[in-house]
Order: sequence, then C-alpha cells, then structure tokens
Amino acid sequence: MPVVTFISHDGQEQEVHVPAGTSVMHAAVDNGVSGILADCGGACSCATCHCFVDEAWTEKVGAADDVEAQMLDFVIDPQPNSRLSCQIIVNDELDGLVVRLPATQF
Amino acid sequence: MDSEHAVIIGASHAAAQLGASLRQGGWQGNISIVGDEAIPPYQRPPLSKAYLAGEKHSDELLIRPATFYEKSAIDLVLGTRVTAIDRQAKTVTLHDGGSIPYTRLALTTGARVRKLSLPGHDLDGVFYLRDLQDVDRIRAYVGRGKSAVIIGGGYIGLETAASMRKLGMQVTVLEAMPRILQRVTAPEVSAFYSRIHGEEGVNIVTDASVESLEGSGKVAAVRLADGTRLDADLVVIGVGVMPATELAEAAGLEVDNGIAVDEFARTSDPDIVAAGDCTSHYNPIYDRRLRLESVQNATDQAKTAANTLCGKLEAYHALPWFWSDQFDLKLQIAGLSQGFDRVVLRGASDTGRSFAAFYFGGDRLLAVDAVNRPKEFMMVRRALTTGMRADPDKLADDSSDIQQAFS
Repeated sequence: MPVVTFISHDGQEQEVHVPAGTSVMHAAVDNGVSGILADCGGACSCATCHCFVDEAWTEKVGAADDVEAQMLDFVIDPQPNSRLSCQIIVNDELDGLVVRLPATQF
Repeated sequence: MDSEHAVIIGASHAAAQLGASLRQGGWQGNISIVGDEAIPPYQRPPLSKAYLAGEKHSDELLIRPATFYEKSAIDLVLGTRVTAIDRQAKTVTLHDGGSIPYTRLALTTGARVRKLSLPGHDLDGVFYLRDLQDVDRIRAYVGRGKSAVIIGGGYIGLETAASMRKLGMQVTVLEAMPRILQRVTAPEVSAFYSRIHGEEGVNIVTDASVESLEGSGKVAAVRLADGTRLDADLVVIGVGVMPATELAEAAGLEVDNGIAVDEFARTSDPDIVAAGDCTSHYNPIYDRRLRLESVQNATDQAKTAANTLCGKLEAYHALPWFWSDQFDLKLQIAGLSQGFDRVVLRGASDTGRSFAAFYFGGDRLLAVDAVNRPKEFMMVRRALTTGMRADPDKLADDSSDIQQAFS
C-alpha cells in the first residue's frame, strides 16, 4: 500500500498508508492529520485542503486543472507547487509521496 | 476529568466535526455520538449528485472511517434514537428504554424535510431526499428511459434532476413559484439555470400547482391543477427542510427558528451546546439571526462548540458559503444575498456556462453566485471576510482582473 508523508508547517512528520485510489485529502482526514480541513468533502469547491507537493514529486503528481488552478490563486501563500489535496489521487506511482501543509487554510 | 462525558446527539456532519475537534482541543473525558441511522456520519451533499448518479459508493461518503472514531476513543452509538433529554438528571433517554448520562451535551440533530400532504403522497415511488437510505430507495426506481417528476425547483430538486438526466431518464421539475430558485437567487440566475436545464433536456414547469399523485399502489402520474397529467415512474419531493428542534423544545431550551445559540454555540442551558442546521445564531457580518443549511455552518459552528466545551471561548463569525454541482456547472456561493437591491453581472448569463452575479445592498457587496468562476468565488469569500469594498463597474468589466475591483 502506498505511503504518503505529511509534514506540518512546524515540521512534524506523519506517515500514513493509503489505499490506491484514495485522494491525498482523504488520506489526511481519515488519519486525523491536522492542517487539512476539506470542508466540501472533495468537490473542489472550498480550497481548504491546500498542500505543497514536495519538489521531488511535482512532476509525478502533475499539474492542477483550470478550476483548481483558479482556486489556488486565492489560497493563503500560493506557491508553484501548491495543489488541492482532494484532486491528487494516490496510486502506486506515488508511493513515498511527501506533501507539506500550510500554516492555515484561510 | 475521568468522569466527564460529552454526549453528541445526531450522527451528523456537525457531530463528526465536534467529536474530532473535542479531541484536538484536549477533551479528556468520554465522547459518545448517538445517531438513529446505522452508519457513521457521512457527507450529505453528494447524495443528490454523485451518489444518486451511481458514481460514488456509500463508503466514500463517510466523513471519517469508523477506525478514526475508534482511534480517537469516540463511541459511536448508531441505530439509536434519543427520545428525551433530562436536564435535571443530566441523562438522555434512548428509544429502547436505555439512558446515557452526560456532563456536557451537544445537539447536532440537523434538519428534517418539509412534507407535503398531497393526495397520493403515500404511494410507492414517492420519495423525499435527505438521508442515505432515501437515495438507496430512490436508486431502486431509477433507470434509463424512465420518467421522474421532481416537486420543488430549489437546489436539491435541480441537482436531483441533473443526476437523473445523467442516468438517461425523462425528468420534469415542478416549481410552485414563477421561477426556479426564486427564494435564493436573482432572476438572472434563475433564468440561467432554466436555460441550462432546458438545454440538458429537463422539462421545467413554473407556477405549477400539484393537485394529486395518481396510481394504484405505486405512483404512475402527477396531476396538476390545470389538468396536466405527467407520467411518473417516481416522484421526488424537495421543498425545503425544517430544523430538528423537538428534543430541545421538549427539554425547555430556547428555540427561535432553530435551537437558539450564542456566538459560542451555547444554548440557553450552559451545559448544552448546539451546532449546524438545527440552530439559529446571530451573525455579525449580516447583523441578524441566521439559520443556515450548509456544510460550512455545520463544520465551523461545531468547532466553536467543541472549543466552548474545552473551556476555550472563541466567537463564531464565519462567512456563510455554499456550493451546488449540476451537469458541468460548478456553482459556488459566498455570502448571503437576502435583502439585495442590485445585481451586477460579470460575464454573460444568457449565453454560455460561466458568469458571476454579485449582489449589492446599497453600495455594500453582500454575496456572489459564481458559476464556473472559482476566482470570483474565492475573491468574494476573502473580501467579505476581511471587510473589503467592491466597485460595481469594475466587477462588471469581465476583461479586468477581478482583484482590481476590490479595495
């Protein structure tokens, strides 16, 4: 089962095992990772599951689509490696993925 | 602290958040969530959308998996209905005669559908849409080529219509008012949704007065007052909800269009908090009491309630926001438009599938309905939260950067 590592804004690491097909957002919520709110439950409607994809993984994770990109323009502290974690689906390719979490979601 | 016991009534969206936030906030005592449905708290918004359309499994609806509650030492008491609250003895009574003692109580009882007492309302194939079970029952009646009549042209009715079109059904939406979404949007937005639903093959009938539901045993048709008869393999009624306040009322708590709570989510009993659709609260942004039916309110108010129970008073003053997905339309709403006297459009609502409607009361921006316009939604959410002002002329100029319209 793929492993995803979440790193909080103050450097705390949490590794979670994620069944393939699960979103990075659900992986966080299901395992009580704080820092991801995901108010809309994965509908790409709220932008409260913002994360930063570790530079080593940005290519494999891929880019945001247009809707997501527009939402990301307005999150707190957007960066080139910003993504909404509800839109990243974990697969075997992403085993070992590292994402960092912002200090606040809004 | 070991004898502390927080009991949360209603295994709802608010309950899931409240339980999790209590643990995050350092609550050391027991936590129980009591709910009458058989499954852990789940997301309701997908019920009329992806779940109805068969694109999501019920496991995917869970807000958190059952293991989360185990790990967090939150006791889920499911399939169990609370019948009474005894505030003197500090116990809740259960439908099976049992009882659970509490030191602090949280009411997250949600809302119930408004029911219509039309002739024929008890025929097979006539449904309301609120719970997972409702949709499971509806799903047994859907199918390509079958006819559905939906009573109520609000968000639930229109989302249901869109999902059923996806399933290849013949769909009619009946709205009693002169336009769909009349209670919640401007005429331009209603006209837009009417046009899109028409383009997608939904038959929308406004000013519709339903006389009866016809059929023997199972519904076969809907009869309107003007004599029109619409074939129906199933009927879904979506005419709004009412806050579930019966327990609170019976227990003598103050109820004012919802269980009345203060900015710290406290009811009129200091040991009892409440959160979500079942409550009404004062909102400082709009300077009036609100009863909101939304995930945002359930989540944010539940966090406030949990903080209060943990002894950390933090006032709830979040900006309301909502969303609705129909066909390829992503509608995002920031703020409350009620009381608007002017609408400013950005982009065309009479052609295409992307525009935003900004609602003003005087020169003050109140809200936005943003259709496939996430930027406009995000900008207004930020602006209303931080008290920025909006320039209507710049908002209307679709070629300008949205941020330039705010100061």
